[in-house]
Amino acid sequence: MSNAYQLIEHNYDVVVVGAGGAGLRATFGMAQKGLKTACLTKVFPTRSHTVAAQGGMSAALGNMGQDLWQWHMYDTVKGSDWLGDQDAIEYMCREAMPAVIELEHYGVPFSRTEEGKIYQRPFGGMTTNYGEGTAQRTCAAADRTGHAILHTLYQQALRHDAEFFIEYFALDLIMDDSGACRGVVAWDLAEGTLHLFRAHQTVLATGGYGRSYFSATSAHTCTGDGNGMVLRAGLPLQDMEFTQFHPTGIYGSGCLMTEGCRGEGGYLTNSNGDRFMERYAPNAKDLASRDVVSRSMTIEIREGRGVGEHKDHIYLHLEHLGADVINERLPGIAETARIFAGVDVTKEPAPVLPTVHYNMGGIPTNYHGEVVVLKDGNPDTVIPGLMAIGEAACVSVHGANRLGSNSLLDIVVFGRAAAIRCAELVRPNSAHPATPQPAVDKILARFDGLRNAKGENPTAGLRMRMQRTMQNHAAVFRTGESMAEGIKLLEEVHAGFDHIGVTDRSLVWNSDLVETLELDNLLGCAMVSIKSAINRPESRGAHAREDYPDRDDEGWMKHTLAWLGPKSEVTIDYRPVHTYTLTNEVDYIPPKKRTY
Amino acid sequence: MAQFNLPPNSVIGKGKTYYAGAGAKNVRRFQIYRWDPDSGENPRMDTYEVDLAACGPMILDALLKIKNEVDPTLAFRRSCREGVCGSCAMNIDGTNTLACTKAIGDVAGEVKIYPLPHMAVVKDLVPDLTHFYAQYASIKPWLQSATPPPERERLQSKEDRAKLDGLYECILCACCSTSCPSYWWNGERYLGPSILLQAYRWIVDSRDEFTGERLDDLEDPFRLYRCHTIMNCTKTCPKSLNPAKAIAEIKKLMVERR
Repeated sequence: MSNAYQLIEHNYDVVVVGAGGAGLRATFGMAQKGLKTACLTKVFPTRSHTVAAQGGMSAALGNMGQDLWQWHMYDTVKGSDWLGDQDAIEYMCREAMPAVIELEHYGVPFSRTEEGKIYQRPFGGMTTNYGEGTAQRTCAAADRTGHAILHTLYQQALRHDAEFFIEYFALDLIMDDSGACRGVVAWDLAEGTLHLFRAHQTVLATGGYGRSYFSATSAHTCTGDGNGMVLRAGLPLQDMEFTQFHPTGIYGSGCLMTEGCRGEGGYLTNSNGDRFMERYAPNAKDLASRDVVSRSMTIEIREGRGVGEHKDHIYLHLEHLGADVINERLPGIAETARIFAGVDVTKEPAPVLPTVHYNMGGIPTNYHGEVVVLKDGNPDTVIPGLMAIGEAACVSVHGANRLGSNSLLDIVVFGRAAAIRCAELVRPNSAHPATPQPAVDKILARFDGLRNAKGENPTAGLRMRMQRTMQNHAAVFRTGESMAEGIKLLEEVHAGFDHIGVTDRSLVWNSDLVETLELDNLLGCAMVSIKSAINRPESRGAHAREDYPDRDDEGWMKHTLAWLGPKSEVTIDYRPVHTYTLTNEVDYIPPKKRTY
Repeated sequence: MAQFNLPPNSVIGKGKTYYAGAGAKNVRRFQIYRWDPDSGENPRMDTYEVDLAACGPMILDALLKIKNEVDPTLAFRRSCREGVCGSCAMNIDGTNTLACTKAIGDVAGEVKIYPLPHMAVVKDLVPDLTHFYAQYASIKPWLQSATPPPERERLQSKEDRAKLDGLYECILCACCSTSCPSYWWNGERYLGPSILLQAYRWIVDSRDEFTGERLDDLEDPFRLYRCHTIMNCTKTCPKSLNPAKAIAEIKKLMVERR
């Protein structure tokens, strides 16, 4: 069968899969260091979902009042509900300041203060002096910070002559018998050809899997492709039960209204017109962290205080800010609200609902970006040749709940870290070992099988069933009972995938087949996500179990590792949380009760 | 008088019609350009009846419904579905725009959808934007300065930063460039409105020190001066930007420095 496809072969020092913020930062970082680097991406780089990030990037610059990276670290640890690894969090928060300054030097059009410095706004969970005050830490380019950063990073990649393979869909990792990654096989959509990329390091920067849910702020392309490849390579994913619901997705369309809305003074009300967050988070109010706000909104709706005809959503008010502030600092969301909710935010509130937004879980890595796995009792065993960064990875800096504006930070810091690590590990232009042919044959067989799939289940139908199942059974609040039912339904979908039907048999821009490959990736993510969730009998961060409402540090302050078998069976084990910091300049922050 | 004919292989034929089911409540017909490079056949217009009672409000919602429920072979680009990634640029009802932010309700009668005009087609509604992207790279769209950067951020006044508004928001969707007759005729050498808007974004950035070199690079009868102020670019921009004004500002700077 493998003879039926001619493979075009390429040799690189490093192959980066994905060209969002993390992938681009890694790509030109590698190129700068003299490594022969290819960046494969299924969409043109500026179409990646980083473009949709709005509110900003956190860094304790202190442009708008005193700030310290230690405070940022404390907030991030607390936001993670003590599931984050504190060595990695220290690394990220320290590196934040040089990272944002570097971006400014690259040309990011940040908004400015009166003194001409980078403008910083308040964001959820970001405090001064270990929870006492409100920090203004989130560096913003109006409400289009992700767009500004992504375009700038792409520009830097052009400047450094990085090599791109655009609209190439990565099919699978090439794993050898020793368990090392030797590269990746990808499909060029424009030409309809298959390509084998040999690489000393393969860096997965493929983003999240928001589209495993029915309603998500995520783009259609957020399909967990790297996560899917890792599962098929027989490696585990980490902390997949932690899915962030953003409090303010637009009711109906799910489009994002940045947390910066509340950072700039916006607030939420219920059907009585009450600012209910005052009851749930007396100090931080509307700027409590996202899991807290999303749960509060859900409780308000459940208790009959939702707004609208069906009392099933909440209002977000900005009108009191005035048109000038909105036009200067929130122009993008004013446009989004007008187009997708028919609302003029300078005059009336926008209808919002907690909406799937971010995956804290992903491919387990250390703070260098190297993929790690529990092996022979060592929880930090590095998988040779494989790295992961950005939302695809679980470093873990976000633990059980990510703070807003820590994601743009994460991608830039760990994109750069991966480049630094590769420069240490890879000798430029060194020879590649022989490619394991059986591994390649298996990848081609899977591709050919799906391309010619003649089953009775069209891709879109199965995808909808998966999305509805996740929406209903792995929501803001979960119970064992509901998740068990969800698992049953999801296993039916998984069984249905064996009888999937693809209509388009062509090779050039066959997006029917692309969506089928994406669905396979999504399904793997969904399955380990819900099975990891039912396995964790406690509530921590974004994982809120109604049947286990308390956090259990004795039993469950540990990372879940989940392997997926061929019959959708999930094997679970654990890695310890890193309860130590990177340096002696900051002490370990011991767990305590988390209130805002 | 000279007679012009399209080459035989580009004549668009009539395609299939897919009817809505009997229970459909609010039927709208979508005529969509189809071309499959593998088939060896001419392009065609397929017609799809869509029940708007069971469809989201945007053109993209209708395309997704068609792809999901009627014809999975239909190819088009899409990603963010909220007007920021620029993937789903196409010609809808005679105007280049984003399918995700264009409401079906804003189109009267049958909805005709073509790929962005005057670009090579890869398949169906997917145009080949390789040349457009190469033109973008050609203007060196990154901050250039001879002065080493300070330890902290470069300072920029609010007024100077405001000069970037209306420019940095460009999403490179190519709606404007592919609406420009001058770009249609001279696209090989004329940079087109989108790329010139991007060029101006760096020219006007107070932090960039290579304004002179950037203007030198544009001082060319084709790269810049094929703009004839037709203004289709500004009329069509789905982000309400004004590329024509950016081009006019570049031309003004060219005159001022003489």
